[in-house]
Parts: sequence; C-alpha cells; structure tokens
Amino acid sequence: MNFDFSEDQKFIQEQARNFLSSECTTARVRQTLEGEQAYDQPLWQQIVELGWPATAIAEDQGGLGLGYLELCVIAEELGRALAPVPFIASVYLATEAIKLGADKAQQDSWLPQLAAGEWIGCLAAQEKPGALKLGQLATTVTAGKLSGKKTAVLHGAIADKAVVLATENDQPGLYLVDLSASGVSRKSLTSIDPTLPLAELNFDGAAAEKLADCKDIQTLLDTLYDRAAVLLAFEQIGGCDAALAMGKEYTVGRYAFGRQVASFQAIKHKFADMFVATELARSNAYYGAWALSADDAELPLAAATARVSAIDAYYQCSKENIQAHGGMGFTWEFDCHLYYRRAQALSLILGGNPQWKELLVERLLRIKAA
Amino acid sequence: MDFKDTPEQAEFRKEVQAWLKTNATAKTKDGGRTSQEEAYERAKAWYQKVYDAGYACPTWPKEYGGAGLTQIHKVIWSQEVAKYDEPDGYFVIGQGNCGPALMHFASEEQKTTLLPRMASAEDVWCQLFSEPSAGSDVAGLRTKAELKGDKWIVNGQKIWTSGAQHSDYGVILCRTDTEVSKYRGMTMFFIDMKQPGVDVQPIKQMDGGSHFNEVFFNNAEIPDSQRLGEVGGGWGAALLVLMNERLAISGVQPDGFPEFFELVQTLELDGEPVVNNPVVRDRLAIWYTQHAGIKASTNRMLTAVAKGGMPGAEAALGKLVGAVMNQDIANYALQLMADTGAICDDALAPQKAHFQKSVLFAPGIRLAGGTDEVMRNIIAEQVLGLPQEPRADKGMAFKDIPSGNQH
Repeated sequence: MNFDFSEDQKFIQEQARNFLSSECTTARVRQTLEGEQAYDQPLWQQIVELGWPATAIAEDQGGLGLGYLELCVIAEELGRALAPVPFIASVYLATEAIKLGADKAQQDSWLPQLAAGEWIGCLAAQEKPGALKLGQLATTVTAGKLSGKKTAVLHGAIADKAVVLATENDQPGLYLVDLSASGVSRKSLTSIDPTLPLAELNFDGAAAEKLADCKDIQTLLDTLYDRAAVLLAFEQIGGCDAALAMGKEYTVGRYAFGRQVASFQAIKHKFADMFVATELARSNAYYGAWALSADDAELPLAAATARVSAIDAYYQCSKENIQAHGGMGFTWEFDCHLYYRRAQALSLILGGNPQWKELLVERLLRIKAA
Repeated sequence: MDFKDTPEQAEFRKEVQAWLKTNATAKTKDGGRTSQEEAYERAKAWYQKVYDAGYACPTWPKEYGGAGLTQIHKVIWSQEVAKYDEPDGYFVIGQGNCGPALMHFASEEQKTTLLPRMASAEDVWCQLFSEPSAGSDVAGLRTKAELKGDKWIVNGQKIWTSGAQHSDYGVILCRTDTEVSKYRGMTMFFIDMKQPGVDVQPIKQMDGGSHFNEVFFNNAEIPDSQRLGEVGGGWGAALLVLMNERLAISGVQPDGFPEFFELVQTLELDGEPVVNNPVVRDRLAIWYTQHAGIKASTNRMLTAVAKGGMPGAEAALGKLVGAVMNQDIANYALQLMADTGAICDDALAPQKAHFQKSVLFAPGIRLAGGTDEVMRNIIAEQVLGLPQEPRADKGMAFKDIPSGNQH
C-alpha cells in the first residue's frame, strides 16, 4: 500500500507548476475572460509542445506512454492556473472517448494527431438540461450523415473535430465529425466562465464516421465520465488550493481594528474549514486516481466520490475566498471571481452535483449488495 | 500509488485473517453497545489474547512487547479486526499516547518492564493533562509538583481523565515552577495511580454514563526516576505525546457512517427502506464523501509516516470532521425514526439504541482531545501559518496570570 504519488510524478507536477506560474498568470487568463480570444492559442501550443495532451496515450499511438497518474498531477496544475485552453475537451473527453470507442485502425490514425495537437477535439453529447438519457437522443445518423443539435459543448466553437453522441437505427453510438465540413454550423454561447466557453453545434447532414468499437454505449459513457470526473477533481483541488492561498495572502496583509484580518478566529476558522474540505477532496481524488490508473472495479464509486467532494470543496473555497476579501472580492478587478466562475463551470461539465450524488449512492448500494 | 497490498503485506493479511477467524468474536446483526464494566473486562481479555499471539502494538519494537512491524501492517491489522466484534481501540490512550512518551523519555529498565505490560493491557494507563481551569488552554494547568528529597509531592486536580478508574499508571503534566511563563514551568512524569494520595471520582456525564473521571492528588508521591524529560520541559514532552495521539486515534475515531448506512437499508418508512428516499440519498452521498475522505486522508498520513515522517497538524481534520459528522448522523437517524426515535430501550430501538446513545454522547467527542474550535486553530496556525491568537498572558510569570473565578 502506498497512498502517494511517486517522486517522478511529483517532479512532473513541479515542472508543470513552474511552467504555468510563469506562462499562465491570471493577467493572461483575463485576456480570454474579457473575450479577446476564445482560448489562449499560444499557451495551448506550448502545452502541446510540452507533450501534455500525449501523456496518457500509448507510445505506439504517438503518445508518451505515461499514465493517468501523470495526467492527474498535470490536471491539478491546469486547475490551479485556471488555464484557458481546451485541455478538458480535447484530452479528457475527446481523446478518452476515442480510446474507449474507436477501433484499432481509427485509434492508430487519430490518437497520434491528438497527441501532437494537430487538431483539437471536443465531446458533443448534451441536448437539453438534465442527465443524459440515451433513449431520448434527437441527434440521428442516416447513411453516414449526422443531423441534430447539441448544446453546452465545451470548446465546441473552436474545436476542429467533435465526438458526437447520436443514434442510428435507434442504436446510440459515437461519431467523429469534422466541424469545418459542410452541414455544420456553430454558435458561441455566453458561458458562466468564459475561459471554459460553451457552444451550440447544429448538424444538417454532416459527414460522420462511426467509432467502430462502441459495443455497450451506456457502459462506455459511464467509464468516459468516470475517468473525466477523476481528472476534473484534480483540476478542482488545484483551484481550491489557489483560492485558499489567495484569501490567506490578502487577509494576512490587510489590517482592521489594528490587527491582521487573518488573526481573527472568524477568518482563521473559515480557512481551516476550506483546508479541511480541500484535503478530503484531495484524498478522495487520490483514491480515484489510483482506481483510474489501475483500471480497478472500484472506479465507478471512487470517481463519484471524488467528483462530489471536489465540487463541494471548490464551491466552498471559491465563495469563501470572495467573502474573506470583503468588498474588493466582489469587484471585477480582483481575481476572486475567476475561481468562483471556474468552480461553477467545472461542477457542471459531466452533469451537476445532484446527478453525481445519485450515482454515488447507486454504486455504494450495488457494492454492498454484491 | 498503489492501494493494494504488496505480496508481503498480502501474506501478513492472510495470516491475520486466519488468526482472527479462530480467535475473534463475529459481529452480530444488532451490533450496539455493551455495559461499561462488561466492555472493560472483554477488552482486557482480548488484548491479552492479542499480545500472546504477538500482534499487540504492531509498530513497537519486539523487546518492548510489540511486533516490530510498520504503520502499514498496523493498518492491515486494524482493517481486519474491524470486521469482528472486538475492541481494537480500547486502550488507545495508554498504548497510543503514554507508550511513545515512555519510549522517548523513560530509562531502558522502565521500558523493558513497563511497556510489555502496557502492550498486553496487564497494566492500564491514563493521561492526566486537562484540569478544571485548563481545558483548551491546557498549558494553564495548576496541579503542583514540588521536589522533596528525591520525590515529587503532587497536589491538585485533573479532570476528563478516561479510564482513570482502571488505571495502574498515568502520564501527568504538573506545574513545577510558577515564577516563569506558563509554557516553561511544567514537567511531565508517570505516576502510580494505586497509591493513597490519588483519589479517582467518576464524572456523571450528560448521557448518564461515566466514561471520564476527576482525579484528586493529595500529597501523592512520584520518585524523581519517574520524571519524563527535563524539569521545565513538560510542554515539549506533552506536544510529543499529542503528536503521537494523532497517529493513535487515526482510524479509531467513529464517524457514524457504517451504522447509518446499515440503518437506512433496514429502517422502513411507509413500507419502503428509507434509502429509497431522495432526501436521505442526498445526505448519504455527502456523508459518504466525508467518511471516505477521512479514511483516505488517514492512509495518506500513514504512508508519510511509513516513509519516516511524523503526522503533521493536518491530522486534526479527521477528528474535527468525524466528531461533527457522528453527532449529525445520530441526530438525523433519530429524525428518520420519527416518533419512535425517542425510544432508548436496547430491545426496541435499532442497533441496540446505538443512535439514541450516540446523540447523547456525541457532544463529548466534539470536546475531548481538543475542541472543534481548538482543532480549527491548530489547522489555521500550524498548517496554514496564519497569525496566532493574541494572548493576554504572553511573557507573564505564571503566578501573575489573572485566573478569574478559577482557582
């Protein structure tokens, strides 16, 4: 038993942190926030050059042949830095969907391209609010042509290709669609966190290639979401840490009633509670990371646990960071809202907290029954 | 990262499982609590049995009655014993707190005679720190020890001492100098609890039970050879004991989740198990994330300890979260039982009235071993590095510190 990352993995994390703290300052994040760009293209290019999208792709498919544990520590740093890049969409969602659903020939063709950042992928699944119901999909495929509308597609406006969930002869499946091809139109949506922008994708007879190895699509989607839930949990705890550090720094430096604001118990206890929530979320995320990397049967429960506690912790840390700042925390100028927005956005990708709590309980009872 | 056993650990687990199968008592469906006296007798017998088999105090060196194994082996042991109805954490204060203090400060002769007897629970130990006027501010303690010849004469009172009524020895923190500031004037000893000058009186708690005691010292004697550390070095020694306590109680602290999970599957409301109720499922999910988070945090801490570290102040979080959760779960369980939730009869209430008893005992857990508020201060100051509380007694000689109505 060993409940910690290895020295090599910690080294990768340290390098990622050093790189992002110099290249991805909040001033730079704000360029995307303010709508100057849909994502930070130069930063994404650097991230591609560092090989991060290739982390969990096998060497013979153009990847680095590392694993999910290495991807988890990178995720924590991307979350800490609020990186405004399509890493979640392209790496956790599109790449993983292809790893799970594409056949060998498709993987051999697509994964090297994703690893090298030759195109950016996204996942287009959601059509309306609420949990995805495979029986209710309105997006259909007929003779290789896909039609329908997808919404809340993360980085859908800038991605090159989308993995689209659709039905063909009433059978749900995943399809790869080139978003620059004819029959595709897309619209940027106003998103709560503009650094994780959403889009609506409209398909009208767009050419679509079926991911050829999708057998049990429900199981595939569950696994895809569980994997992404663990990776997002690491982004979330990175964000928790950053929000807590920001609140600490501000209240240690600020004085009221002749004392440091951080010396008041009301503030100290608030930070202690933020730390506790973060540590619980971190420990649950570690467990999820192990289950993910070992492809263990405990992944479904571990992923749901990691997700629920990461959602709660980031919400708590980001809102209490605003509170600890007082009025300045409510201004556009201060960065508090960047974390608050990001906490909201990350909690909603893959379905919100009530959905995941229900999954958690179902899985807990299933294990108990087994 | 690997959450599974190594081959050697798996072998140890198999060996423990086999031993427990023939020696431990299986859990009954009802679970629940037994009377205090019965629990004590059972614990004594169980610890002796564990000692004879060589599994007592797994991390202690063999010459002191331990098994010479690692923290990870101890986790495996605890995980396996938890599957049975046996009192694995009963003497945790002696073995977890007092044991390491002896190991660090006592003479070799004291260690080889006393520690094995502690490991087998032949001798029971208690910890005498808190006083009526020294709770959260434990360094404000007033029990006085004065050196006469080669003996220290002790006068004063301790309170909230678990297990004092059964104890042969206690680790005690005394005031030995009132002329210096409060943190500098304390000294730690171990004391013979079975002498005439020591009077143990049970405290009747709000739940009707008497887990804790008051202990009065009236010219009790301690040979100077039983001093633990330097004269005036008591505070540092006490911090060492408390650091070991974090390690000892990790994984022992109840959070109420397993009992609650059992309850929601068996308790029926309107003909259906309450676990089918979406509101209950929401609570179940939240508490499970905390329960799993405490467990995984403990394992992370033990990994660090196995690599040679000491548990940091962040270990306070398990106690803080677990104690609050334990109370809230008990309250919620009663609410689920509706009108019948107020019934405390063992024979009628689920799990031998576990939740009814818990709801009344839980406030004590939030106070014992550091209140919720003290735990938050520890995390804020020692982990996060936030400014310390302003102290009105800073730099004052102990005798000059205002004491209000506490004497």
